[in-house]
Amino acid sequence: MSSVAPADLPIGRELADGEAIELADSEPGTKTARVKKRLTSRTATIASIIIAVVWTIPTFGLLVSSFRPAELIQTTGWWTIFQNPGFTLENYQNVLFSASRSSPQLGAYIVNSIAITLLGTLITLVFASMAAYAFAWIRFKWVNWLFIFVFALQIIPLQMSLVPLLQIFSTWLRPMQAWLHDVVPIIPEQNYLPLWLAHAMFGLPLAIFLLHNFIAEIPADVIEAAKVDGATHGQIFFRIVLPLATPALASFAIFQFIWVWNDLLVALIFSGGTQDVAPITQRLAELVGTRGQDWQLLTAAAFISIIIPLIVFFALQRYFVRGLLAGATKG
Amino acid sequence: MTTADLLGKILQVVMGLAIFAAVVGLLIFFIDKAPKKGRDYWQLGLFLLPAMLFVAIGLVYPAIRTSFLAFQDNSGAWTLDNFIWMFTQPAAIRTLINTFIWVALAPIVSTVIGLAYAVFIDRSRGEKYYKVILFMPIAISFVGASVIWRFVYEYRSGGREQIGLLNAIVVALGGEPVQWMQTDPINTILLIVIMIWVQTGFAMVLLSAAIKGVPTEQIEAAQLDGTNAWQRFRNVTVPGIRGALVVVFTTISIATLKVFDIVRTMTAGNFDTSVVANEMYTQAFRASEIGRGSALALILFVFVLPIIIYNVNVLRKQREIR
Repeated sequence: MSSVAPADLPIGRELADGEAIELADSEPGTKTARVKKRLTSRTATIASIIIAVVWTIPTFGLLVSSFRPAELIQTTGWWTIFQNPGFTLENYQNVLFSASRSSPQLGAYIVNSIAITLLGTLITLVFASMAAYAFAWIRFKWVNWLFIFVFALQIIPLQMSLVPLLQIFSTWLRPMQAWLHDVVPIIPEQNYLPLWLAHAMFGLPLAIFLLHNFIAEIPADVIEAAKVDGATHGQIFFRIVLPLATPALASFAIFQFIWVWNDLLVALIFSGGTQDVAPITQRLAELVGTRGQDWQLLTAAAFISIIIPLIVFFALQRYFVRGLLAGATKG
Repeated sequence: MTTADLLGKILQVVMGLAIFAAVVGLLIFFIDKAPKKGRDYWQLGLFLLPAMLFVAIGLVYPAIRTSFLAFQDNSGAWTLDNFIWMFTQPAAIRTLINTFIWVALAPIVSTVIGLAYAVFIDRSRGEKYYKVILFMPIAISFVGASVIWRFVYEYRSGGREQIGLLNAIVVALGGEPVQWMQTDPINTILLIVIMIWVQTGFAMVLLSAAIKGVPTEQIEAAQLDGTNAWQRFRNVTVPGIRGALVVVFTTISIATLKVFDIVRTMTAGNFDTSVVANEMYTQAFRASEIGRGSALALILFVFVLPIIIYNVNVLRKQREIR
């Protein structure tokens, strides 16, 4: 392939398989390596080191500061850590475990983030793979158009949905939530339901698109053979399609996980902002507003909020990159 | 958080999972029991039902309704006032201008730095680690990134020691510390820097993958012709990765048009930094100006529309080839 057509990139087969895009080194010593080696000069190396350093310093400063005592953070720059040494875990203790009303109390919000992300990802994944299977393997003429329509939907800005969807939720969902609270008092009236549904709704177009591309690549023989053996569509979907599509499901799951975890806008609109529902991003944004000068709290809180997606990212980098490359656009 | 709170949350998740499993089970049950007549239609319909229902309720209907709301005032009467407001009020115009500045800067700078970095580190020792460094901010939320950079931009008045890196550098070079976030227009530029910081890694990963796809023969041939590294980059590599460049550029442009979290967290749109997406939130959900908020959302949609049309065309061509 001499040139890559625009949409080859998100949906091309090699990229879906993920081999061409790993973050891994290529084999050295080949002809390719030798030729390309000459392109990288000393200047290029220095330039890339500078960029890498500039990109790391802000995060590094935050991390260092989060372990410094409050009075040192407030009076000295973190880069003077060797002149002004000091180490404490108090900041983390404060933001996580302190029960005083004015403290960040991040524990509750982390639980919310996990709860929101768990079902926000699962619902999207299951409904999207069902739709993707139908689009790929049950063929009718107009289905292609419907598929293109769904594809186009993914670039509708979220902002277009917010006002009417909030109205729909307060008309139809609110009474159900109130009823649930009456029946099971331990579940607060503000619960996760609106966020689960909203994240699923907004995530579906991209999910369907990505999973369709993968599921459509499953060899037709496999599906046909199962049909001949008398398997129903339900059986084919669960026993054949889902297991074969696991890599694609994994990469989208990570993608959606990080997207939902990092979301602020949807949470602001649909969570109600209380400790019962709000995710950690919303709490962090709130802290910036109310405790904007308390850097000992902000640095620790920010680090806690980014550490979970970072762990997921480092642990499952391959899948993550695949998902990202395959789905360059997200509503 | 009390134990009761935690129990309530766990119960919610368990119930959510159970109900969801029941719904899916029921669907599959009906799919397999679909009537013989028109069986494929029934099954297709049931497989598509949940997703299409969600998309219809969550995206299609709201998008249509928002388009109407944009042409109504708060009492529901038809009007063009929302758009007149948008294009005549200085604050609203400033929002539009800021959005253009964002879109003019963030995609270009991210793509250029990402491309340069991808070329520089291509086939170098430790390429993997170089990539991870630049790529990491993608996993960080915009809110987290905003806190990280807010700390860099922190300002201390008078002769007190600066704790923000940027002001510390300014002071070390003999300058006066600046209240970066309150100073227009540098504040918008500094917000855009955050976006660039996040997006460059994305550009780099895609472009790096594309660069590795450029055939070696072409580069060797160019080398035999006596070209230098820049000429080879300009005339062989860039044309070879044009497709990837377009994808990267359009994707970052869309993300930039819709940027919300950064502005919300850093300045909440004060000090002349607001952008369309933030103003939409402020108008619709803080000021209860539903009409203005909807008009802003519609404008956002109009801005991304050309990109949608382009993408759909490419997709249709691809499906025809298949």
